[in-house]
This record gives sequence, C-alpha cells and structure tokens, in this order.
Amino acid sequence: MTALTLRGALNAALRRALEDDPKVVLLGEDIGTLGGVFRVTDGLQRDFGADRVMDTPLAEAGIVGTAVGLAYRGYRPVVEIQFDGFVFPAFDQLVTQVARLHHRTGGAIRMPITVRIPYGGGIGAVEHHSESPEAYFAHTPGLRVVTCADPQDAHTLLRQAIACDDPVIFFEPKRRYWVKGEVDDVIDASTAPMDAARVVVPGTDVTLVAYGPLVMTARDVALAAADDGISVEVVDLRSLSPIDLATVEASVRRTGRLVITHEAQQHGGLGAEIAASITERCFYHLEAPPVRVTGFDVPYPAAKLEEHFLPDLDRILDAVDRVLGREHSLSGWRG
Amino acid sequence: MLRSELRPDVTPHTSPASAEHVAAPGDAVPRPTSPAPGPAPGPGAGPAPVQLLAPDGTRRTDPEHDPWVADLDDDRLVALYEDMVVVRRLDFEATALQRQGQLGLWPPLLGQEAAQVGSARALRPDDFVFSSYRENAVAWCRGVSTTDLVRVWKGTAATGWDPRAVGMATPTIIIGAQTLHATGYAIGCAKDGVDSVAVAYFGDGATSEGDVHEAMVFAASYRAPVVFFCQNNQWAISEPVGLQARRPVADRAPGYGIPSVRVDGNDVLAVTAVTRVALDRARTGGGPTFVEAVTYRRGPHTTSDDPTRYVDPAVHEQWVALDPIARVERYLASRGRLTDELTGAVTARADAAAAEMRAGCHGLEPPPPLSVFDHVYTTPTSWLERQRSQYAAYLAMFDEDSADGAAPGGARGTDARGGDR
Repeated sequence: MTALTLRGALNAALRRALEDDPKVVLLGEDIGTLGGVFRVTDGLQRDFGADRVMDTPLAEAGIVGTAVGLAYRGYRPVVEIQFDGFVFPAFDQLVTQVARLHHRTGGAIRMPITVRIPYGGGIGAVEHHSESPEAYFAHTPGLRVVTCADPQDAHTLLRQAIACDDPVIFFEPKRRYWVKGEVDDVIDASTAPMDAARVVVPGTDVTLVAYGPLVMTARDVALAAADDGISVEVVDLRSLSPIDLATVEASVRRTGRLVITHEAQQHGGLGAEIAASITERCFYHLEAPPVRVTGFDVPYPAAKLEEHFLPDLDRILDAVDRVLGREHSLSGWRG
Repeated sequence: MLRSELRPDVTPHTSPASAEHVAAPGDAVPRPTSPAPGPAPGPGAGPAPVQLLAPDGTRRTDPEHDPWVADLDDDRLVALYEDMVVVRRLDFEATALQRQGQLGLWPPLLGQEAAQVGSARALRPDDFVFSSYRENAVAWCRGVSTTDLVRVWKGTAATGWDPRAVGMATPTIIIGAQTLHATGYAIGCAKDGVDSVAVAYFGDGATSEGDVHEAMVFAASYRAPVVFFCQNNQWAISEPVGLQARRPVADRAPGYGIPSVRVDGNDVLAVTAVTRVALDRARTGGGPTFVEAVTYRRGPHTTSDDPTRYVDPAVHEQWVALDPIARVERYLASRGRLTDELTGAVTARADAAAAEMRAGCHGLEPPPPLSVFDHVYTTPTSWLERQRSQYAAYLAMFDEDSADGAAPGGARGTDARGGDR
C-alpha cells in the first residue's frame, strides 16, 4: 500500500501497463517530456522511450484515427485527450470507427483502445476545459465508458480499461487529481469487474447515485444528512456504459427513494437514463419520483459562475429533502 | 462582392485529351470565378502524369520508371489485363444485380480498373489495405471472394470479409477516415521492425476532409511506411475535383514533407511502376508517398445518382476513348498477343466470375434476428443480454402463436427476419 494522489495512481497504473504488456503504447499531446498537462504521464517517456510514449501532433482525430490503425496492427493504444472539450474533433473517429469496428467486422477485429479524458469543472478553467461529455459516449453502442472517484479506484479501473478488449472512454475527474489515498497496486482486476457499481456509503433512507468528481461530494452529503438523522446510501457508478443497474435497483428496493447527481447538463443526460430505468424496474418500491441534481442546461459557465453550475452539498441535500417530502426543503419544491 | 465571385473555381484539373472541353461546365455547375491568386488549375497545371502506355497502345520510354516494370513481360501484362476485364465484368454484374433489386446499392468503379488493379497487384500479401467503398477491384486482387464483394451491399452483413484473412480492412463509408487507420497501422509496422506497408485508398473528394490532412501530418512526423493512393476520378458524387482543390491534389502532399507523384490512372503499367516506387520507399525507411492516379469515374457515384445531371457528355466521351482496358488490348495486339484464343479465355473467366457472384448473391440469407446483438462488445454487457433475452422471448411468442394457428404464417416473425425485397 502506498499513499498516492489520484493523478499519481493513474501514473502508476500506466507505468504498470507499459511494463506488463509491450503492445501498450501511449499517444497524446504533450505527454512526453512535459508529462501531460496534468502530469499524469510524468516520467513515462523517460523510462519507456518515445516509441512507447508518443508525443503527437496537435490533432485529436489524428490521434484517435492513428490508434485505430495501431489496434488493427495488434497494439493496445492508450490515448490522452488533453481536455474534455478537445475530444470533439475526434468524435467522428470515436463514434463512427472505434465504437463500431468490432461489430462491423463481425468480431474479427478488436479495438482495445483506452481514451483518457480529464473532465469536469471546479478548477477555474477557461472555456472548453470543464466539460462533462460522458452522455455523448454512453449513448454510443460499442464504447465502454468509465470514470473513477478515488486513487485506488483510478488505479484499478485504468488497468482494467487498458486490459479490456473493447474501446473504453476513461473519464478522469480533474478536480480530484490531487486527492490522496492509499493504493494497493496488487489488487486483482477480476475482483472488481470494470462495469460494477459499488456502494461507498451504506444507508437506508435514500439512494444517492453519483460518479466521478461528485462521489466525494456525495460522501459529504451522507455525512451531513446523518447529522439530520437521515441515512443516505451512496452508490458510485464507476461504469457509465454499461451502468450496473442491478446494484442501483437493489439499493432503491431497500430505500424507496432515489437521487441522482452529475455535473453534466440535465437534458438527455445519464440521470434521465437512470431515473427511467429504475422507475421501470422499481415502480412499486418507489416512495417518491426519482430526482436529478445536475448542471444546468447551459454551456459550462465562466469560472466565476461555476459554483452555481456545479451540484454541491446543499443542492444535493435539498434533493434528499425533496424525495423524503421534508417541508423545509430549500427549493420549496412540492412535487 | 457579388455572390458569384464567392463561388469556388470548378475547372477540372486535367483534360482527358485537349483543353477545348475542359472549361465547359454545364449549367448545373457554377461558373469559374475570376483568376485566382497563384497558378490556376487546369490541364497545364502540375507535372504531367507518368505514362508508360499511351492511349493508342504504344509503349513510351521512361528511364525513371521503366526499370520498375522491367519484369512485366507480355505474360504478366496479360494477367493484369485479365484482372481488369474480370473486375469490369464483376462491376457490371453487381450493377445489374442492384438494378434487379438484389443489392441495395453498388458503387461502380467503371473506368478505374487500371488504377485499382495496377496498384493492388504491386502489393505483397503482408501489406495491408485501408480503403473506401469503391475499391472492389482492389478487394478482388486481395483475394476477396465474389460473394463477399456483394455481402455488404445486399445488407446481410456490415462487412464482407475477415480483414486479417485478406490483408484489407473493412471499407469505411465515412470519407477519408481510413487514411488515419493506414497511418497508424504503418506506424505499427515500423514499431514491429517489419517492412510491410499500409496503403490508404481514397478519392479526390476525401482530400478535402480533415482526416486526410491529419493523416499526412502524422505520416510525415513519424515517417510512416504508408502509401496514400488517391484515385482522382474527377468527381465527388456531383462535385467536380475543381471544387475540392485549386491545384492538383498531388500538390498538397509536398507541403507536409511527403513526396507525391501524378500518374495516368488509366495506364496499368504506369500505375504499377509508381506504386512500386512508393512501396519501395516505404519499405526502405523513406516514409510516406502520395500517389494521385488521374482517372475518371465513368458511371455514377453509386447506383443512386444520375450523372446525366452533372456530366458534360463531350468530356465523358473523351474519357471513354482513354479506356484503360482498350489501351492494353492495343498494346497486346501490337505484340501479336491479342488472339481470339486469349480474348475468349479471358471473357470466359470473367463470365464465370460474374456467374459465381450472381449465384453467391442469390444464396445470401439474412442472418438470424438475434445476431443483431452480436459483436457489439467482445463480451456482452448486462444491458444487451437483457435486451436480447427480452426480444428472444418476444419473437418466441409469435412462434407459439404460429404453432397454435393463432397467427397464421407467423407474418411478423417472417418480417423480422427480413428477406428479399
């Protein structure tokens, strides 16, 4: 066990993957001597060479399209997209090629490509540096979409993603890069399947579903609610496609109430998917309609406004109040 | 500024024979603009395409390229001739199958036989092809069966063949996407320390797509052993090449540090020569090459469009006179090789291949309904398993109804399985 930041845990996972499999290659902008803009690839080019850790031209479609060819050749590319908002030039290659080639070729070709994307807000960045584009990818069959919440899970999940024979969009919660935690790098990937959600805080009154950067916020919500005598169960999805609905369903059957929170805009987001699926599966167990706490349906705002955009402890607590029908709900919502 | 002045210059880059017919766009295409800065595109623009066989069938001397085809004696030229005749026959057959309702769509390659056969036959089995959807002659040369050629177009599969079995990726419909895949594959070849080469086939229209430019940037940066083989067939559906490029498309590559060559795409010998030069450069560490095969798509873009709406008949006739097969016949005739026996044998071979394609096409059955869930992931997800089992149960309901006689014929079940239109 070593105490590592989430960023350091990702770095260690990449190092381990490069050591374990000569077919693993890293591609991205500034990932070599600089070590990536968030230093996630720090020292890897120095230790594994420019042939394994490739600084690329500044062209996202080029990076992903080249990774497709490398995968055709038997390589296992790990791509770094510098920031969430920069993935869109590569969107075509991801949804029309990467996601479909296994299906298109009737299973003859595999695309074991991992696309790492630092995502989400909360670091006071400028435009295109704080997006949460997960729903676009989760909507695309053929892609697996995952995100991590703490150093241990970041390490385990990234190694699982790289080992996966399907393409994986790997979202890294950039505002949690510096969160520290103990990391056991001998954890067997098979002990925690990549698409399994996990209950990070057990509870009995309300199920709170979160992922990525908001898992830490959700833990705080559970603590704060406990002060009010409310028992919140926090479920960390980890996998956003597929979503482990069975774990969410089991939780909601116990609690009868569901709050879902994500930073991404609400409309057409994963919260809607979870609310619909759980309503379908748990209709007679629900004591209240599922409620979403999300970013607003506006472009990600300027840094000085992002605290209003991002779901925080109070907004989520308010939603917990609402599904419990508590009268002192801040929003005045009465269903 | 007048609206008309904002329109792109659409003058074709290369006249098939003379300049007279070049700047004669029909009413359906925008008029050329006033002179643009720099050299205007046109018949005189760019270096003359490499040509070894003149349209009249005479052999031209080219000290630079002759050594690259010195081994192509009459027998081997006959083999290329046979390939071209066969692929043209297959192309006609597939077009007919589409007209008869057997195929949903077909992208004819009529006129591009020399560009495709000449380049594809220059490849080694361990080279790898990344193509668009029109390279059916290339696929034939890679060993793809006639049935596999029509599988996608009949709609019974998303790909016709196993890419690894024939060294050719499943074609991309998205224009130009495959050029990046070829570049990545080539980088992989270099990493593996082998001298295999990746070849990207694309059209003149694709040279407007960002992917192609990014592919050239990446290929140049990593000195990737890739050949960019552009078939400039003059048209991107109805848009002439002049709307895509103000200079010959081969001129684009040198700006990326990639040597380029224009070749007469209707000259199978010249295409073979320049492709061999490019492959050799790639194999020996010289990096990428851009080949512009100047040719002409004589049919529609696909069986869905109507070229009479946008093609100048006079220009079309000039290209017909430059037929890639006829010029080889003229050359073989001048060598005394074009005997009735030869043409009879080649025709028989082409007819047999076409009959095989037709029979194979008729034999293609829609896959079972539940296979729609196959191969989305290497291991199925819980979501897909749920949807599969739910749909299986739904379909089974009709089978039961049918067995009970409640839904005579199981009409919807049959419908779900598709069937010939």
